[in-house]
Amino acid sequence: MSVDRALVRSIAELARLSISPQHEEAAAIELAAVLDLFEALSAAPVNALQPLSHPGDPELRLRDDVAVAGDQRNAFEVLAPAMSGGYYLVPKVIE
Amino acid sequence: MSDWEAVIGLEVHVQLLTHSKIFSSSATAYGAEPNAQANALDLAMPGTLPVMNAHAVALAVRFGLAVDAEIAQRSVFARKNYFYPDLPKGYQISQYELPIVIGGGLHIVTEDGHARYVPLTRAHLEEDAGKSVHDVFHAETGVDLNRAGTPLLEIVTDPALSNASEAVAFLKALHTLVRWLGVSDGNMQEGSFRCDANVSVRQRGAALGTRAEVKNVNSFRFVEKAIDYEIERQIRIIEAGGSIVQETRLFDAHRGETRSMRGKESAHDYRYFPDPDLPPLRIGADLIEAERARMPELPQGRARRYIESLGLSTYDAANLTTDRAVSEYFEALCAAIPGHAKLCANWVSGEWLGALNAADLGPERSPLSAARLAGLLKRIVDGSLSSKMAKQVFDALWRGDESADEISERLGLKKVSDSGALSALVDEVIAAYPAQVAQFRHGNEKVLQFFVGQVMKSSKGQADPVQLNALLRAKLA
Amino acid sequence: MSAELFTLSAQLSALSRGEISSRALTEITLERAAASQPLHNALITTLGESARSEADACDARRAQGPVGTLSGVPYAHKDLFCTAGVLTTCGSKMLSNFVPPYSAAVHESLQEAGGVLIGKANMDEFAMGSSNEHSHFGPVKNPWDLTRVPGGSSGGSAALVAARVVAFATGSDTGGSVRQPAAFCGVTGFKPTYGRVSRHGMIAYASSLDQAGVIATTVEDCARILSVVSGFDPRDSTSSNVAAIAIEPALTRSLKGLRIGRPRQWFGAGIEDGVGTAVEDALAEYVRQGATIVDIDLPASAWSIPAYYVIAPAEASSNLARFDGVRYGHRCENPRDLNDLYRRSRAEGFGHEVQRRILIGTYALSAGYYDAYYRRAQQVRRLIAEDFARAFTKVDVLAGPTSPTVAFKLGEKLADPLALYLADVNTVGVNLAGLPGVSVPCGFSNGLPVGLQLVAATWREDLLITAGHGYQQVTEWHRATPPERDHV
Repeated sequence: MSVDRALVRSIAELARLSISPQHEEAAAIELAAVLDLFEALSAAPVNALQPLSHPGDPELRLRDDVAVAGDQRNAFEVLAPAMSGGYYLVPKVIE
Repeated sequence: MSDWEAVIGLEVHVQLLTHSKIFSSSATAYGAEPNAQANALDLAMPGTLPVMNAHAVALAVRFGLAVDAEIAQRSVFARKNYFYPDLPKGYQISQYELPIVIGGGLHIVTEDGHARYVPLTRAHLEEDAGKSVHDVFHAETGVDLNRAGTPLLEIVTDPALSNASEAVAFLKALHTLVRWLGVSDGNMQEGSFRCDANVSVRQRGAALGTRAEVKNVNSFRFVEKAIDYEIERQIRIIEAGGSIVQETRLFDAHRGETRSMRGKESAHDYRYFPDPDLPPLRIGADLIEAERARMPELPQGRARRYIESLGLSTYDAANLTTDRAVSEYFEALCAAIPGHAKLCANWVSGEWLGALNAADLGPERSPLSAARLAGLLKRIVDGSLSSKMAKQVFDALWRGDESADEISERLGLKKVSDSGALSALVDEVIAAYPAQVAQFRHGNEKVLQFFVGQVMKSSKGQADPVQLNALLRAKLA
Repeated sequence: MSAELFTLSAQLSALSRGEISSRALTEITLERAAASQPLHNALITTLGESARSEADACDARRAQGPVGTLSGVPYAHKDLFCTAGVLTTCGSKMLSNFVPPYSAAVHESLQEAGGVLIGKANMDEFAMGSSNEHSHFGPVKNPWDLTRVPGGSSGGSAALVAARVVAFATGSDTGGSVRQPAAFCGVTGFKPTYGRVSRHGMIAYASSLDQAGVIATTVEDCARILSVVSGFDPRDSTSSNVAAIAIEPALTRSLKGLRIGRPRQWFGAGIEDGVGTAVEDALAEYVRQGATIVDIDLPASAWSIPAYYVIAPAEASSNLARFDGVRYGHRCENPRDLNDLYRRSRAEGFGHEVQRRILIGTYALSAGYYDAYYRRAQQVRRLIAEDFARAFTKVDVLAGPTSPTVAFKLGEKLADPLALYLADVNTVGVNLAGLPGVSVPCGFSNGLPVGLQLVAATWREDLLITAGHGYQQVTEWHRATPPERDHV
C-alpha cells in the first residue's frame, strides 16, 4: 500500500497534528508499513460475523435522572491555559 | 417559469426535559454563569466516562410511540469525530447506524387547509455541544460548556416536504407534540427547538437536485422565509446556467436571505465508529409498555374529538390543542358547565389566554381556576349577566379570589331585565330628548343607537340590550 | 534490610505484628526509591511528604483499632491513574502540568484500604509502547541490566517492583502492558478480565481494551491487590457487576488435574531459544505436579496483531482528540488561529509514537476505510474470542511465553516500530477477547528473566491464581532479585 505525502498531510489535518515537511516522508513510509500489516485482515474468514465492540457483549446501564451540583469549578479554572470571565479562550473563530 | 418543484427535508434538534445531562449528572438549567454547569466529564477531563440518563431514553421512547415509529430493541451510540472549541472531547456522542427510533410520521394541515402525512426517517439521541461567543472578547472566542452534554433528540423527516408552508405546518405540529408529551419545553429562544432545512429543487420528474442545508433558524416565520428564499435562489442559479454547491448556509434575518457559512469546510469526515465506552442500548418490552401506558390523548386525536363530540370548529379545536395545559383547563371548564363547549372555548381562547399573555404567565400559572371561571360562565348562561358585565367580573376574578357571584354583588352588577325598571328608564330618556324622538319618527333609524346609548348610560351599562331594543321600538313607534 | 520484606505478605505481616511501623517502612521505601531513581528512572513524581503523613495516619489508626487490608503498605501508581492533587502526566509533555482534582477508582480503593502512595511510575506515553522508551520523562532501565528496556508500557511499575522499591505497583494492560514488562523484569503481572476493574479516572488509550492491572512479586500478592481494586463502579459503563474473585479457595486448590492448553501459535518461529526452553521447563514442572498438557489451536491468532493495531490506534485517535490546549494540558505559545492552536499544541505535546498511532488510527477510521479496517478488525475480534472460548471447553488455562524474547537493548528496536508491534503477538489476543491473563517468572535466558503467560476464560481469575500460585509454591524464580547496585 503506497502512501504519499499528500495523504499524510490530509490525515494530519484531520487529526490536527502539524508535521514538518521533513517528517512527512518518514511518516509516509512508517504509515505504509503499518498499512501493509492491515492488508492481512482481508484474508480473515469473517464473512457475516457480527463485529465485537465490547468484550462480553454487555448491555448499557441507565442512571437515574438526578442533577448533582459540581464543586470543582475553581480546580478546573486552575488547570485552564487561558480563561477569562469564566470563559475558555481560543483564538477568534469566524463563523 | 418552467415546472420546478422543491424537495425539503427537516432536521429538528429538540432538547429533552431532563434534570441532568445525557451522560453526566450536571444540571441542564438554562442561563447559568459560563462553565458553572460543567463538571469534569463535560470538560472532557482525562479518565472521565459517560453514563446514560434513563429519563432521556424514556423520553425518546415516548416520542417514538407518539409518532407510531419503531423503537429499536438494540441501538448503538457512535462517536462523531471533529475538532471545534465547543466540542470538548473532540467528538460528539451520537447515534449513527442504529438509532433508537425508526420511521413514524406526523399528520399535518397547512394554513390553507391542505392536509398530508409527513413520514419521519428516524430520531436519535445525542449530546449537545457548548456555546462559542465571538462578541465578548476582542481577539478571542470565548467557550462556555454549560450546554455541552445536554440531551438532544434529533428528529429527521424524509425529504418529503414540497414547500415552506408544509415545512412550517410540520414544525408547528412537532413543536406542539413535544411540548404536549413533556419531551421538551420547545423554547426556541433558549435553543430547545432548533430547525435545519435541507432544500433542493428539480424539474418535475427529474432526479433529485443538489441540496443546501439552512441551519439553525429559530422561529417559524424565519423558517418560512428562509426556505422560500432558498428555493428561489436555487432556481435562479440553475436557470442562469449555474449549479448548486452542497453547503451549509445561515439565514440572515435582517436581509431575509441565506448566506454561505464563511470558512466552513466542505464535507467533514466524521469517522463514525461505535463508542467503546457505551455498550449497546437495549430497550425491553417493559419500558415500552410503561411509556405506552402513560401516553396521554395526543393533540390531533383530541382536536378531532372536540370537533366530533363537542361540535367545535376546526379553528377552535386547533387553538385549544396547541398547548396541553390550555387544553386541560378547557376540559376542566367544560366539566364544570357541561353542554356549553362553544362558550367555554370562546372564553378560554379569548379573555383567559388574553389575560395570561398580558401578565406574561404560562397556563399552569393561571391565578384563575377553571372552577371559578365556570362560576362566571354559569351566570352568562342563565342570563343574569350580560357579556359586557361578564367581562368586568372577569377582570375582578383574575385579580382576586372571590367568586363571580361575590363580585357581581359587590359591584352591584345585575342585568336590568326587569321590564318595569327598564321601562321607567326608557320613558325618562324619551322625555328628555324630544328632538331625537322626532328624527326617529321621521325615519332616521340611526338615532335609535343614541337612545340605546343614553339608557345604557343611565343604567350604568346594566340594561339588557335585547329587551331595551324591543322597548324602545315599541315606545317610539 | 532483607529483600524478603518486599513482598506484600511479608509487609502486611510485619506491620500487623508491630515489627515495623508504617512510617519506618515508608522511610525505607523512600530511601530505596531515591537510590533507584538515578539508575532506573522508574518514577516521574516522588511523594515524600504526603507519603510520610499517610504513613503516620496509618500508624495512628492502627493504634486505635482495626485498619484497612493494606494499611501502611507503600506502593506506586502507573502515572495514568488520576490522583487528586498529585501530578498525573501519563508520561507525556501534554500533561506535564496536569494536576487532576479527582481520583481514579483504583486510587480511591487503594487509599481506602490504607495503602501509602509513594510515587507515580514512569510509563510509555499514553500507554503506547512496549519498552518504556517513549516517555517524555526519559526511558526506564531494566534493573536486571541497565542497558536494557524494562518492557512497556508499565515499565516504571515493573522496574520498581523488580528493584524491590515497592511490594506492588499498579499498571494498565491494553495489549500486554502489564504482562510483558513483568516478564522482562522477572516479576508477576496480572491483568484481570475486561470490566473487572473500573476505568473511571484511568486515562484512556483504547477504551475497549484497557484494563488496570497489578504488578507484584507473587501471584498471591497480585490477587490480594486485585481484590481491593475490583468491583462494579456505576461511573464506568463498561464496569461489570460480577461476584468477587474467590481467592482463598483458588490459593489452596492443587495443581493436580489442572488441564493446561499449549497453543501452537504461541510457540512460533519468533520465540528465542532461551525463552522457549524456560517455558517448556515450566510446563514440565506443571506435569510433575499432576497437571496435563493439551495441544490447542488458535488459528485466528494470525490476525491478532493487525486487528489490535487497527482497533487500538483507532480508539486512541478519538480518545486523544480532547488534548487540544483549550481546557487543560499543554498549549502552544502565541497561536495564530484556532487550527494553529490545535496543531501546534498537539504536535508539541505528543511524542513521536503517540503521533504515529494517532495517524494510523485516524486513517483506519477515515472515509472509505471503516469497513475494510475497523469493522473488519472487530469481526476478527469475534473470531479470536470464539477461538479462545472453544479452547476453554477443553482446558482450564492456556500457557506459553509472554514475549518471544527477553528484554532487548535500549534503542535496539526504535528504528523498526513494526518489529516491536509484532512482538506483542502472544499478548494482544487476550485483550481483544477481554480475558484475564498473568505473567509469572519461569526462568532466565542469558541472565535475563523469562515470563510464562497463563490465560483463562472470562471471570476465571481463580484458575490463574491456582495455576500461578501453585507454580510459585514449587519454584523459586519469583524470588530472584536483580543485583543491588549502589543501593543502601
